Amino acid sequence: MCDTCGCNVTPGNRHLLESAHPAGGREPVAVLQGLLAENDRAAAHNRAHLETHGVLAVNLMSSPGAGKTTLLEQTIDRLGGRWRLAVIEGDLETERDAERIRARGVPVVQITTGTACHLDAHMVHRALHRLDLSRLDLLFIENVGNLVCPAAFDLGQHHNVTLLAVTEGDDKPAKYPVMFRAAHLVLFTKADLLPVLGDFAPDRAEDHLRRLGSAVPVLSLSARTGDGVEAWCRWLETALDARRTGAAAP
Amino acid sequence: MHELAVCRSMLSQVARIAARHRARAVTRISVRIGPLSGVEPDLLSQAFPFAAAGTVAEHAALVIDARPVRVHCEACGHEAETGPRNLTCPRCGDGRTRLLSGDELLLAEVELLHQATDT
Repeated sequence: MCDTCGCNVTPGNRHLLESAHPAGGREPVAVLQGLLAENDRAAAHNRAHLETHGVLAVNLMSSPGAGKTTLLEQTIDRLGGRWRLAVIEGDLETERDAERIRARGVPVVQITTGTACHLDAHMVHRALHRLDLSRLDLLFIENVGNLVCPAAFDLGQHHNVTLLAVTEGDDKPAKYPVMFRAAHLVLFTKADLLPVLGDFAPDRAEDHLRRLGSAVPVLSLSARTGDGVEAWCRWLETALDARRTGAAAP
Repeated sequence: MHELAVCRSMLSQVARIAARHRARAVTRISVRIGPLSGVEPDLLSQAFPFAAAGTVAEHAALVIDARPVRVHCEACGHEAETGPRNLTCPRCGDGRTRLLSGDELLLAEVELLHQATDT
């Protein structure tokens, strides 16, 4: 799965990984530092970079096929006239999602991760340098479809949004607590299918989320019919206004 | 399965510490991991020998302190151990709990081996 994801070993730091042989005196050294300190440093740099330009960054995470790209298309149609948007697309392979966004006339940078199952702050940093941040208000980062690995990596975003399609089980928050605890907003997508599915209970899904100690807002929507998309756009605009005025997050 | 990436990040931090202390090798790496960090201790242990091969920590033991999930209930003040899937208060059932431990992903300590005088 992730064994080609050596994104932390670069030509710049490889020389530090030198070999040696044990012998002689031992010294314990206390460290107490995050295991992903390198990623977190890069993420803080990204965040500072975005804030210099007043750009709000929203990281979208979900299983593959939960409807991240379709929701982005709808969002662009509704907000594209009022705000300057851009998208960073993370996928294992292909530029298909980027082409769909580009067709909407929005700047997009595709990151193809190969076999790596998540985006990290270094990848996003390189992508940021391919965007003109001075001409942006809102940047979406569409993470690799995966409910496990992306949750562990800070990218420099301001908000995490986790999508849960109603075609998945309503116990997903219980099965993937790390992902759902990381969310600042949870979206139940493909809600137009609820009547035909019958076995996804939004209340039960929300109950599983609350058991994780999460009090974040939950919205149901359908990017296909447009139902509920307005509420999602309002959440985004509240977050944009909050960023501009320096107020607290929604 | 991002544990290999986590392992490599840890090892480059460890290599930097070893270089700063002019250590000859690293003999032990102690980490603290909670179930809400998203990192599986077993997978990290399995990834470690592959990531450490050829590095200054090649012969190091990876010691994982698996932290329990503990919450403090804001409603009734109770402190208790819970599971990662249910962080509600085990005593009163309230959902307003604060996490005391369980999301750690920390490099706690490294044990360095210094240049022996026998060479």
